[in-house]
Amino acid sequence: MVIEITCEEVWREISNYLENDISPELRARLEAHFKGCAHCTAVLQGAGNVVQLVKDGSVFDLPNGFSNRLYKRLQDRLATRRRKSRR
Amino acid sequence: MGVTEPQVHASEAALIERVAAGDTEAFYELVRPCERALFLAARGVVGNDADAEEIAQEAVLKAFSNLRRFRGESKFSTWLIQIALNEARMRLRKERRTLHESLDQPLREDEGDYVPRDFADWREIPLEALQRKELRDALARAIASLAPKYREVLILRDVEHLSIADTATVLGITEVSVKTRLLRARLQVRDALAPGIDGSWSLGATVYKKVRPW
Repeated sequence: MVIEITCEEVWREISNYLENDISPELRARLEAHFKGCAHCTAVLQGAGNVVQLVKDGSVFDLPNGFSNRLYKRLQDRLATRRRKSRR
Repeated sequence: MGVTEPQVHASEAALIERVAAGDTEAFYELVRPCERALFLAARGVVGNDADAEEIAQEAVLKAFSNLRRFRGESKFSTWLIQIALNEARMRLRKERRTLHESLDQPLREDEGDYVPRDFADWREIPLEALQRKELRDALARAIASLAPKYREVLILRDVEHLSIADTATVLGITEVSVKTRLLRARLQVRDALAPGIDGSWSLGATVYKKVRPW
């Protein structure tokens, strides 16, 4: 017999549920709840979509030339160091 | 990724030894895998690309100068991202920009549960619709609108895939706080992306048709 839980408790656990970071008992209670609650099912789907979309990563590209500029700045610093150590 | 934690530490340790021995190219090898995380972490704080890039560069230079201080207790990437975040926050304080929340206030967790909006009457956004560029732009705006403490966790966990433990280390908070903030971040982004009352995106784009069937 699966103990019922409230929507508020479900929302608190939804992130952990998506990561599979909850106990089997809690998982069973959430899944039983989803069967009967359209709102929480929608929240689960939405949160899952967010994770998928964010994971995609193409939203978060480095600016063009970032790596080159960083490397150059590092090289410049190293060159300065070498010059200083020669004095 | 297929590389275990001990392996990561071992390969980092080897690179750091090479840097100490004068092989400075090896330092760039350490930094390269962290570039995006550095940039995004800084950008999350300062909100624009130019400052974020400068901060990322400063963080790398600072890490190089202070490499002797790195004891290998955490991953190098974790340490480097922490430096970047500190640089970003210091810069914000210096420039005294108007903040939505003061950096100097103790970071209490928000009281109470976050109540996600109820869109059960409307179709949830199907994953296929998420491919469109407009939605990607909306996502970027949604994430930018988050409070910094939620944005940082979302970026470190869901974009850069740091572990909960590493995220906690970088941000100097407990793992429980990481999970709580991640939950809020995800739910807030969901709400920010969801259709508005008349079915068009609440973020102002008029590209989308009404999602209600009637």
